[in-house]
Amino acid sequence: MLELRNITKRFGDVLANDQVNITVAPGTIHAIVGENGAGKSTAMRIAYGFYTADSGEILIDGTVCPIATPHDAIARGVGMVHQHFMLVGPMTVAENIVLGAEPGSALALDRAKASADIRRLSDEFKLAVDPDAIVDTLSVGQQQRVELLKALYRRARLLILDEPTAVLTPREVEEFFAILRSMRTQGKTVVIITHKLSEVLAISDEVTVMRDGRSVRRLQTKDTNAAELAHLMVGREVLLRVDKPEATVGTTKLSVRNLLVKGPGAIARLDRVSFDVRAGEIVGIAGVEGNGQTELIEALAGLTPPSQLSGEVRLDGQDITRLGARIRRELGVAHIPEDRHRRGLLLEFDLAENSILGVHYRKPAVAYAGGIFLDNPAIRRHAAGIIDAFDVRPANPDLSARALSGGNQQKLIVGREFDLRPTLLLVSQPTRGVDIGAIEFIHRKLIALRDSGCAVLLVSAELEEVTSLSDRVLVIHAGRIVGEVDPTIATVEQIGLLMTRGH
Amino acid sequence: MKLLRELMFPLIAVLAAFVLGAIMVLIVGDSPIQTYALLFSSALSWPDGIGYTLFYATPLIFTGLAVLVAFRGGLLNIGAEGQLYVAAFATAWTAIVFANLTAWVLLPLCFLAAIVAGGVWGAIPGLLKARFGSHEVINTIMLNFVAVALVSYLTQYHYKAPGDPIMETTTIGAGAHIARLGRFIPGFPERIPLNLTFVFALLACLLVYLFLWRTTWGYEIRATGSNPSAAEYGGISIRRQMVLAMAVSGALAGMVGVNEVLGYRYRYYDGFSANYGFTGIAVALLGRNHPVGVLLAALLFGMMIRGGIFVDAFTNHVSKDLVDVLQGIVILFVAAEAMFRGPFAQYGLLKRSKV
Repeated sequence: MLELRNITKRFGDVLANDQVNITVAPGTIHAIVGENGAGKSTAMRIAYGFYTADSGEILIDGTVCPIATPHDAIARGVGMVHQHFMLVGPMTVAENIVLGAEPGSALALDRAKASADIRRLSDEFKLAVDPDAIVDTLSVGQQQRVELLKALYRRARLLILDEPTAVLTPREVEEFFAILRSMRTQGKTVVIITHKLSEVLAISDEVTVMRDGRSVRRLQTKDTNAAELAHLMVGREVLLRVDKPEATVGTTKLSVRNLLVKGPGAIARLDRVSFDVRAGEIVGIAGVEGNGQTELIEALAGLTPPSQLSGEVRLDGQDITRLGARIRRELGVAHIPEDRHRRGLLLEFDLAENSILGVHYRKPAVAYAGGIFLDNPAIRRHAAGIIDAFDVRPANPDLSARALSGGNQQKLIVGREFDLRPTLLLVSQPTRGVDIGAIEFIHRKLIALRDSGCAVLLVSAELEEVTSLSDRVLVIHAGRIVGEVDPTIATVEQIGLLMTRGH
Repeated sequence: MKLLRELMFPLIAVLAAFVLGAIMVLIVGDSPIQTYALLFSSALSWPDGIGYTLFYATPLIFTGLAVLVAFRGGLLNIGAEGQLYVAAFATAWTAIVFANLTAWVLLPLCFLAAIVAGGVWGAIPGLLKARFGSHEVINTIMLNFVAVALVSYLTQYHYKAPGDPIMETTTIGAGAHIARLGRFIPGFPERIPLNLTFVFALLACLLVYLFLWRTTWGYEIRATGSNPSAAEYGGISIRRQMVLAMAVSGALAGMVGVNEVLGYRYRYYDGFSANYGFTGIAVALLGRNHPVGVLLAALLFGMMIRGGIFVDAFTNHVSKDLVDVLQGIVILFVAAEAMFRGPFAQYGLLKRSKV
């Protein structure tokens, strides 16, 4: 159906695709796996005409096709659903789908025909999407199906899906996979880009593994397993399981009582939450994203305006509810934020400057306490220490943070926050968008920090990460903590039910 | 290498502007070569050309630095014009009211008056943004009108010499005069108004660099400008940075008043600014918001202002508007830089989308 032959693409100094070969058989679900920056998305964007390859050929149905724009791709029956949806929120599903391919005359949109066409398509693929619903009122999972419909409406025979499950709950993932299977039975071909090995094994017929911009292997899914795929992706043996000793729990470090955070419109985003975190333990917060986790961590880090919150937060018995971020840091609270580009890094600044964010006014960033002149040699030594200890690559303090891969950016942040020698670590999505090798590294560091007596509060959208790292798991739903489970006993299904239904 | 890359786009912009300018000179019927030769020779002749070029560059260095500091803090200061008017009047007022003081007291006092007045006038929109979230672009523009009207009123009704038909104050005390460079340089006549303020402008470039890149305060301002969310995360009060950046910006713009009043006319002369505040935006843009770039851009613009006067007088058809056109084209090209950097810009987007 689709074949990429010796595709090479260079962005500046970076070779994003190097002689990539991918063959997708018609009527199959083909997974493309690889670490972040392995070139998966680039290859598929070339197939969709988003980028033009520097060299190489694209074949569709066995003939060489020049695909210069997404328009060409659509004309050949190739559709793509992006990681970030491209929908117009206030418009209806039907209006969104026909946008750019409206039926009727140039002046009058034939709404009835559009609506009927879409309903027929939706039924055919069991998508259960109402063409007349306003997009903003739909859940993320439904919006994704609108994106699918958009491609199907343009008669796509091959659908490229870029990390489609990243935004879905476990239950929605199941439903989504059912849809993909029904599309396959209807004769469609699906390419799914992912870095989650469990999904590859669950849904695909064939896999292409990519590493460092090259396609390293094409495999039949039934002939492979997670360990082999991980090995191919990283290029070495990887420990997929987290090994951790029993926790030695100390005194209560963080004590949260009836914490309430108001969002816009005075709606409680976090609703009277109470819990404790003790020294030497990792407490995990499991929940579907957007159920108050962000508000919780930001409130604990001192980033929420006091006017928006009520309740009480104590650190080592001291009331810190109304203290700002700087004082909390001085009291030993470190914070690895969920969005490293928005919160965690100054992307235009170099690594040395990023290494002192939050401690830029005290030693070693300034030569003497209270001084205002930055001690650049000391800052560079400080950065070099973090870069060395946390294996940040390339190990050059003068490089801008933007030049680093996601995994290395994350290692820099983790290193910076660990360097505070915190008594409480707030950590959110520690391994999001981070490649497998770095995930393993960050997990080991978190366990080591716990064993040194730090209290850790962990939020992650990856249920497996929460259950494997945490000593206790609290489940959050609609801004409330709805239960506590023992991760060594509870099953994923039990936690999943609590996450989605709240009981 | 890095320096070369930073300089390349401004240089291309300037060259392209001169090429387009040459075509226009041809169209109106003069020789581009002669016109440019006239422009540069009159701007670089000794001592008048260089003297006036540097004199014209002095206010642009300060306003360019003013725009730069605000920009690094994530703010657009369109109000340097108003800030420099208020500061110029404040320094003239101080020098008139305290005219009897000895120079050692009066001069620092006049400097302080300019810096504080400019700083306060700049801090107001910073405060409004920090407190109410109102946009600094609107507020700085509005405060320009307020400033101009205010100082005109004060001049007209309170500080004008009786019977003087010109909108200007009485003269300032001799103790507040800043020495012209002619006093120190042999063969450089004192009639050229280039004064020690130019030396302070050079010093200001260095100080702004040290402030922004070598102090914690500068770090906080730049962090806020680069990514306010991350700055907040790092325990930086972004509201405080807004006020601080605008105050420093306004104070720098205020130094234009020192050049004008204490170094040139020895009185406040209403409407003296030849759009220095607005040209400062262009200077900062062309100078890539770096003190060295601002210095070079201000010198170039100073040359063009000086040369433009001669082009106006000694060519048959070309008027000094040529200079405005050249400046406009330079800015267009600098602003269009993102377009030139197409492939790199695309790469940047790609990196950002892979969160």
